[in-house]
Amino acid sequence: MSSSRIIAASELQARAERDSSARVARWMLIYILVALLLAAMSLLIGTSSLRTSLEWLRSPAALSDAVLWDIRLPRALGAWLAGALLGLGGAIAQNLFRNPLAEPYLLGSASGAALGVTVCLMAADVSLSGLAWMGELGVTGAAFVGAAAGITLTLTLCRGVLQTASLLLAGVVVAFVLGAITSLLLLRSPDTWRAMQSFLLGTTGFLGWRSAGLLALVFALCLVPAVLLARGLDALTLGEDAARSLGLPLGALRVGLLGLLSLATAAAVSQAGVVGFVGLVAPHLVRESVHVNSRQLIIAAPLCGGVLLQAADLASRWIIRPSELPVGIVTACLGGSYLVVLLWRKAQRE
Amino acid sequence: MSSVLQARAQAVPALAARDITVRFGPRTVLENLSLDITGACWTSIVGPNGCGKSTLLRTLAGLIDPWGGTVALEGRPLSAWPRRERAKRVAWLPQSTMASDLTVRDCVALGRFPYTGWLGNSRLADEEAITRALKATGADEWWNRRLSTLSGGERQRVSLARLLAVEASILLLDEPTTHLDPPHQIDIASILRQQAHRCGGTIVSAIHDMTVALMADRVIVMGPHSLVGHGTVSEALEGDWLSRAFGTEISIVRSGTSYVWQPQLPR
Repeated sequence: MSSSRIIAASELQARAERDSSARVARWMLIYILVALLLAAMSLLIGTSSLRTSLEWLRSPAALSDAVLWDIRLPRALGAWLAGALLGLGGAIAQNLFRNPLAEPYLLGSASGAALGVTVCLMAADVSLSGLAWMGELGVTGAAFVGAAAGITLTLTLCRGVLQTASLLLAGVVVAFVLGAITSLLLLRSPDTWRAMQSFLLGTTGFLGWRSAGLLALVFALCLVPAVLLARGLDALTLGEDAARSLGLPLGALRVGLLGLLSLATAAAVSQAGVVGFVGLVAPHLVRESVHVNSRQLIIAAPLCGGVLLQAADLASRWIIRPSELPVGIVTACLGGSYLVVLLWRKAQRE
Repeated sequence: MSSVLQARAQAVPALAARDITVRFGPRTVLENLSLDITGACWTSIVGPNGCGKSTLLRTLAGLIDPWGGTVALEGRPLSAWPRRERAKRVAWLPQSTMASDLTVRDCVALGRFPYTGWLGNSRLADEEAITRALKATGADEWWNRRLSTLSGGERQRVSLARLLAVEASILLLDEPTTHLDPPHQIDIASILRQQAHRCGGTIVSAIHDMTVALMADRVIVMGPHSLVGHGTVSEALEGDWLSRAFGTEISIVRSGTSYVWQPQLPR
């Protein structure tokens, strides 16, 4: 083989690499721009009319400032962050379990969080309704503890992290059992049930600056190690034996990734409730638009998830204004229909 | 094979198993098995289904901790090696690789993990190793394609390139030719032979197809749970080890430079 051909090949290679990373970078930029646009829109849309909102922006006053900067802005930011955490969880889950249907809730975190909140509300013996309850640190803490307990229970049931199939099975069992306990408790206390409804459907209505701060902190804590561990996810596609033969500490890698998955999911659920479909759909949406390796997916899926939940939040406020839909209903409708489209496209291709 | 290489290979066995016993629950798969793997040559493990070929290979690779006995790499027990250092010396090829969205090159680059680590900052030496591996397997022509778009034979070449990219002195391969058509099987076999003879690699493979397996320099013939024999291919044929291992008449005929298994249907 002549040396000129080798040089040409390496040049080609460099160019294609640039093209591919440039494409991924372009999509990431698009996600960020859309997120900024949606944030601007969510400042303008609310119970007040569009014209009023614009006037508020032009001539600041104490009351309007409170609405714009203490209610609408943290809500938009919080929605983006919660969506980003779910997208990150989905990307980790789908790559770790090597299953396109894996999602952040599958280890029992969501059902654990729901049970935690139920127990907390019943113990307080109050039906904390309205705007206040979600901001209570007690409820947030209970959701966090519940999510962690659900995941721990799943891991205990399958005695470790090495068997993917039994891990998934244990997750399903835990979700069902904890769900049943939650339902039983709620049946006995209808007041709590009403308060729980928005949590179970997922809601962005209670996101304030404190929530946004907490979510941002957890997002930063999860994203950096996840990006560092992404090469391990790529290696796992070679099979577990091959990954181990390359010197990867498989047990530690799994524990680390499951820890990140749990933390991200627990944080999102504790602030925004059980928002469905975002974690499942965001990685698919990224993979459909551009070919990515694990590291690129770990960065792009949160960007996409953030945009999804932000858009759903906006829609939930817009559709039946001046009142609101629970955001979980919007994500379920959007996410469900997207999956159906994906299914059709796949069937057509085959 | 040059006599110098052979002499060196005989001085220090690349891998040495001493009295290894492997149990899965109550089932004993290997019992008190000892053998030295000769360096700079290609060794095939042959034997009937379920005799423990894969288990032996996995134990040699350090993927299974034996219940008793030790496997030594360069005279030092496998378990005493730091993870990455061991990975630089012993490389493993699994039976099949998932059709993922990785490009061929990204996949082959994973073979450099023991050197580049988590961040994947590759140096010139890594790039060169990747290029060499791609060229040796002929995968350089479609280095840019996704694994999911490749055929089974192409994907196996990429797996092999990933294995070669480690540039380990010992290559262990579990059924590298299964699911491949005959020409592709021969391609893989010739790459393996070339690695052993020209590059001085120590290659151990478990291969079902008798004809391909006997293209190796040496064979480890296993009966149910025990070793029937370990030696050169001609030693195995003269001693009729295969018939003993399979418990039935196995007739091998020489055809040109290779040995061919002649199956006989019972009348």
